[in-house]
Amino acid sequence: MIRKFLLLSFTLGSSLLFIFQLTTLQLFNSDYTERSLNNAVQKRPIYPTRGLIYDRNGTLWVANKPVYDLMVVPENLNAFDTLELSKSLKITKETLLTQIQEAKRFSRKLPSVVMRQLSLAEVGILQEKMWKYTGFYFQKKSTRDYLLPIGANVLGYTSETNQNEIKTKSDYDLGEMIGRQGIEKTYEEVLRGTKGEQLFQKDRFNRIIGAYEGGAYDKASEAAEDLTLSLDAVLQAYGESLMNNKRGGIVALEPESGEVLALITAPNYNPNLLVGRDRSKFFNKLVQDTLAKPLFDRSLQAEYSPGSPFKTLNALIGLQENVITSETIFACNEGHFYARGAFMGCHCRVGTKSDLKKGIYNSCNTYFAKTFMRIIESKPTPEEGVNLWKTHLEKFGLGNYLGYDLPIGKRGFIPDSEYYNRWYPKGSWVATNVVSNAIGQGEILTTPIQMANFTATIANRGYYRKPHFKKTNSLQERDSLYPINQTSIDTQHFETVIEGMHQVVEKGTARIARIKGIEVCGKTGTVENFIRLNGEKTQLTDHSIFVAFAPKDEPKIAVAVFIENGYWGARWAAPIASLMIEKYLNGEVKRGWLENRMLEGSLQSEYEKPLLGKAFTINE
Amino acid sequence: MNNPFLLRIDWLSFFLYLILVSFGISNIYSTGFTEESLSLFEWTTPAGKQFWIFIFSLVLFPFVIFINSNFFEHLAYVFYGLSILSLVGLFLFGQKISGATSWYLIGGFSLQPSEFAKITTALFLTARLSSIQMDFKKRQELFKLFLVIGVPLLLVLLQPDAGSALVFIALFFVLFREGLDMRIFYLALALVIVFILTLLFQPLNFSIALAVLFLLVFRFLKKSNSKVKKTPFLLVFVTLVFFSLSVNFIFNNVFEQRHRDRFNVVLGLETDTRGIGYNINQSKIAIGSGGFSGKGFLNGTQTKGGFVPAQHTDYIFTTIGEEWGFIGSSGLIILFTVLILRILYRAEKHTQPFPRIFSYCFASMLFIHFFVNIGMTLGLVPTVGIPLPFISYGGTNLLAFSLMLFVYLNLDANRLS
Repeated sequence: MIRKFLLLSFTLGSSLLFIFQLTTLQLFNSDYTERSLNNAVQKRPIYPTRGLIYDRNGTLWVANKPVYDLMVVPENLNAFDTLELSKSLKITKETLLTQIQEAKRFSRKLPSVVMRQLSLAEVGILQEKMWKYTGFYFQKKSTRDYLLPIGANVLGYTSETNQNEIKTKSDYDLGEMIGRQGIEKTYEEVLRGTKGEQLFQKDRFNRIIGAYEGGAYDKASEAAEDLTLSLDAVLQAYGESLMNNKRGGIVALEPESGEVLALITAPNYNPNLLVGRDRSKFFNKLVQDTLAKPLFDRSLQAEYSPGSPFKTLNALIGLQENVITSETIFACNEGHFYARGAFMGCHCRVGTKSDLKKGIYNSCNTYFAKTFMRIIESKPTPEEGVNLWKTHLEKFGLGNYLGYDLPIGKRGFIPDSEYYNRWYPKGSWVATNVVSNAIGQGEILTTPIQMANFTATIANRGYYRKPHFKKTNSLQERDSLYPINQTSIDTQHFETVIEGMHQVVEKGTARIARIKGIEVCGKTGTVENFIRLNGEKTQLTDHSIFVAFAPKDEPKIAVAVFIENGYWGARWAAPIASLMIEKYLNGEVKRGWLENRMLEGSLQSEYEKPLLGKAFTINE
Repeated sequence: MNNPFLLRIDWLSFFLYLILVSFGISNIYSTGFTEESLSLFEWTTPAGKQFWIFIFSLVLFPFVIFINSNFFEHLAYVFYGLSILSLVGLFLFGQKISGATSWYLIGGFSLQPSEFAKITTALFLTARLSSIQMDFKKRQELFKLFLVIGVPLLLVLLQPDAGSALVFIALFFVLFREGLDMRIFYLALALVIVFILTLLFQPLNFSIALAVLFLLVFRFLKKSNSKVKKTPFLLVFVTLVFFSLSVNFIFNNVFEQRHRDRFNVVLGLETDTRGIGYNINQSKIAIGSGGFSGKGFLNGTQTKGGFVPAQHTDYIFTTIGEEWGFIGSSGLIILFTVLILRILYRAEKHTQPFPRIFSYCFASMLFIHFFVNIGMTLGLVPTVGIPLPFISYGGTNLLAFSLMLFVYLNLDANRLS
């Protein structure tokens, strides 16, 4: 009996076993579906080309250009003239051979990069010889093309993501372009667009053999948005050329809107250097230049003593706090004793009597020291006085980040009572201890953009909008993104100060900044500065500062110029600021002689002084 | 259809055959499918070739079905002799393809004589078994039977083609059906179990477990029947332990690494999905990802990607699993089961020994192909190169199995004569 059923039971037994196994594999194990997808489907992202960047007048500033990666599929290689190819690529034969070796180690069947980001010109030379090099081909990519080689500090740069980054930024692929700095970083989301996805069917060698499911699951990419900057490319370019061979920064704002018209730092670099194959070479060069610091944006990151322009703020606070009026007169005798044995010098002649306007246009130290003392002493204790003073200044955007749309910046510094209590045992300091702040020296620190901002605030007679670099599309958008920040100074107090600033240019310290047909208001500054040289505090040539706005009524531009070691305000900063204003308002500069002096003038010898290791004189 | 002979033909089996081969060709077509495909009828593609072999087989069908049944019985030894010659000839004129000398190349055709040896051996064995002198008690007769199976088995093993060798071993099902001592079957079964257990648990552990088991069984039997003797128990125990030790020795010292790997992968002793376990792993992924209803005809990603090696031949079941899902693959298993059971059922109804035994031979061979091939793709049986009859790509195989089916149908239809 058993003989008859032997094969029968084997057959039934094994089919039951098979169906059981099929049940576990196909019905109760979703793991295989996933593994099959990993196995057989390759996702390949589609990157939209990065958004274009225009200046405020619609001039195309940043575009994209194709670059080509030279790829190799080792499996397809034939014997070829390695020497010839390496020569065409301008690399050594050994480098080429190691690249190919590495590609082989990675995969014989998948493409590897031999050389990154060849330019169209380089590819053009190679293209006609490519038939000799089977297994090699070019893969097109897109990088930035800076049509105007300016504004590197504002624009920032892009580069490929690296292995570490993609661990934290799950949305990025390895080697995808990402904005690293400046506008490219702030507006990364806008400029990047939304990448799409293409699914491919792979074979067992990981080679692509066609679209997966005929492309049914592909996602199209969404184009990136273009960006219009508030910057005026012409003004930016002009400012950069004026800063040739100088160090410092220029910030130009449109007072009413808070739009940044130009933001110049010097020295700067050509943004096209940070594109393409030699990017890291140039970048390292820039990083390693620790003397000129081209990657350090002086207009945003350098904290300087503001110097005399700061006097205008002290005047405004004095007026608001009613410790002076526009008619208040102080006497100056080449300075004054602000305490027993403590003398503050001034360039006013003995017996000068100044009212507020004259105090401003002559930049009288005595006038503002006395005003400042009155502000501090208007309260029962100097602590309260200093804090009151600081509250007013904070309304001008000082002592903190301005909140503009670039990723870098500095707070600057406005001291308060707590700060002085730390330096002096409590209660042992009075107004005279902190009097240097009256003339913009002392403890306060501001960045050039903060200076431009308070100048714009004065130009607006008491308010500012946050400086910003992206032009808003409408007034509504502007008002919601950058609402008016009102200062604590009443509007009527500004007129006297502004008239004083106008006189600075008309008959005061900065007559060189006069422009025919434009009522310019400004204030010079000359700032003492020190460095630590071989362990000793060493004074260097003074910084040259000028803040200005124009026209006096309905101002269209506010500028702050800071020239390191530029001797005094009227020597470099005032002419440069004036030229910027003329260029912006008139479109052309008529004072060719002044323009040439600024373009060709160099302070390089000044910057070399402390480096030569010899004794040197300053402010000669 | 008023011809009574035609009515007697086992049309169900023939119908199953048509379904299986058509389904097979569809799946072969799928494994070769690329987006810009290809006519089904082109001789240059596997699917096309299989199609034309199918047509050729169908042309042969009326010839085979109307031949006088006695023809097979009388000429069995001639066919067998020719087959053996063709197998021997391989060592002189054969073509080596992927390591095995199993093919003749004749004018663009490759022929695998071992496929025909299956049917001729079945015929000759049937003739021997159905002869009047046959007596399983006679050692000489038994020896002759073993020789009938053993000669082609040895010849294909030498090629080497372990898969075909297994097919000849499957003929032992026929011998057991016809009266071979069942103790041989039990012994073989025990040895297979010992073999697997030894590999899984090492000889020492296995021997200890076996000792405990035997002791318990012996005690139990002793209680109910005091006459039970120790000696046979001890003898069996020693034999099994000895076998276990020798399995261990042979496995580690005689087997080649690739053979060891195949066992280790199936038994789960190794999980290397890139090297030795690659086939099984990819095969399981393909089948597993099919889910309930499959990815659809021509839509298998694993199939398109060619991840499973030899997918149109030995691993054709993975395509079915992936593209037709649980429904298709279990359906195919059921079709095969029905076909085998149908043949067995018809075999038992014969009053004549020759058609019964031949049907049995056919069923055994179908079973071993079915069991080893699908078992292998599902990761239940070690990797052995053996096709899935009617489904896998392979001209000689399809032709030989078609002929075997037609002979079966002939004998079955002529049961009255």
